[in-house]
Amino acid sequence: MISKRIIPCLDVRNGRVVKGINFEDIRDMADPVEMARYYNETGADELVFYDITASYEGRKLFTDVLRAVASEIFIPLTVGGGINSLEDFDTVLKCGADKVSVNTGAIKNPSLIGDAAKRYGSQCVVLSMDVRRVNGKFHVFANGGRIDTGIDAIEWAKRGEDLGAGEIVLNSIDTDGVRGGFDLPMLRAIGEVITIPLIASGGAGKMEDFSELFKYDRIDAGLAAGVFHTKKIDIRALKQYLHDCGINVRL
Amino acid sequence: MIAVVDYGVGNLFSLVSSLKFLGFDCVVTNKKEDLYAAKKIILPGVGAFGDAMAKLAETGLVDTVKKLAEEKPLLGICLGMQLLFDKSFEFGEHEGLGLIPGIVTPLAGDIDPRLKIPHMGWNRLEIVRDDPIFKYFKNGESVYYVHSYYSKNCDDSILGISEYDVAVPGLVRSGLVYGTQFHPEKSGSAGLRLLKAFCEI
Repeated sequence: MISKRIIPCLDVRNGRVVKGINFEDIRDMADPVEMARYYNETGADELVFYDITASYEGRKLFTDVLRAVASEIFIPLTVGGGINSLEDFDTVLKCGADKVSVNTGAIKNPSLIGDAAKRYGSQCVVLSMDVRRVNGKFHVFANGGRIDTGIDAIEWAKRGEDLGAGEIVLNSIDTDGVRGGFDLPMLRAIGEVITIPLIASGGAGKMEDFSELFKYDRIDAGLAAGVFHTKKIDIRALKQYLHDCGINVRL
Repeated sequence: MIAVVDYGVGNLFSLVSSLKFLGFDCVVTNKKEDLYAAKKIILPGVGAFGDAMAKLAETGLVDTVKKLAEEKPLLGICLGMQLLFDKSFEFGEHEGLGLIPGIVTPLAGDIDPRLKIPHMGWNRLEIVRDDPIFKYFKNGESVYYVHSYYSKNCDDSILGISEYDVAVPGLVRSGLVYGTQFHPEKSGSAGLRLLKAFCEI
């Protein structure tokens, strides 16, 4: 059977991996190619690259990085950040990406999800959602977590699946970078209304957070950045731990 | 030299990168003479069966591939493997290359409806019959799948299976013709070792 996935996420700005806390306080951490190599060797099941640069020069650096990573790392690569059009899909797929993650671009133009699914297949289209609690409701945020769209996250997840998204990454802004565990109430709220794979993001701090996460059987993967980058959690050790907990992972 | 057949289907970046990474010379081509000159042929592919067969026919390579399959090792990957069979029932009924006896049918209807389609992600490959392609592979290592259709009635050709409620033929062989339903070029070290073994056959 398909195993549960552990996915390190690399936020790339101007060709370097960075990491923020609650989406702010962004710090430079490392060379993306070197980190990709490290994750490949330590058992990551997939890598996610988010390009958080806006400038044209930054984008060019990013596609160079992507090509460099894809030519020596042979596990699935997902790319996101600033994907607004089918041309953006085309660009990153040609640089070696296997899946493309849409966020603000799909909020602005939901038909992007369906158009991309028709051209490249649903398995290629990942809907990434940045969600935060506002007055007791889950709101979708745009522009890297900066703008409250007022859109209800549960409705948006359902719509994304209907439009043809192949999986959903749910990033809780409330728990992002805090390392106090994944946002299980939020994940359950979304997990109950979709049937496509759900990837949990935001809040991983220790190995137990992952075993807690996978107790909810609707979760297909756990995604994290800081705890892996700082080597607070070693992925190989994490997977051995999950295996010992009876969770099906690729060792 | 390894010839990767280019018939306008799918993204060849990772496959070519993995062959280069392993140190094998390869050429991405739609020319008959390249296929004749090559030591081995790889037939990649993603997308829909009917569409892919039509595109392969447009390149005029169908007869060449069929002929050379009797003379040198050929590896079909993912949809490229499905094309090797007699027939597919993806959106209608389509003739395949007929190099391996069997048919391609939807997973839907054959597996527990609670399981997701496509069958996508890492799954263990269990060796059913030993073969030189497993030279560097340990039984039960995981490989990466993305597919909604699978091959059937091909029991004599199965080398390895992955369990997804049904036994999905993951690696098949008939004569010199090999096929992998999974993507060896996306299956990490295990996938690279399978590719290496194929290239050394």
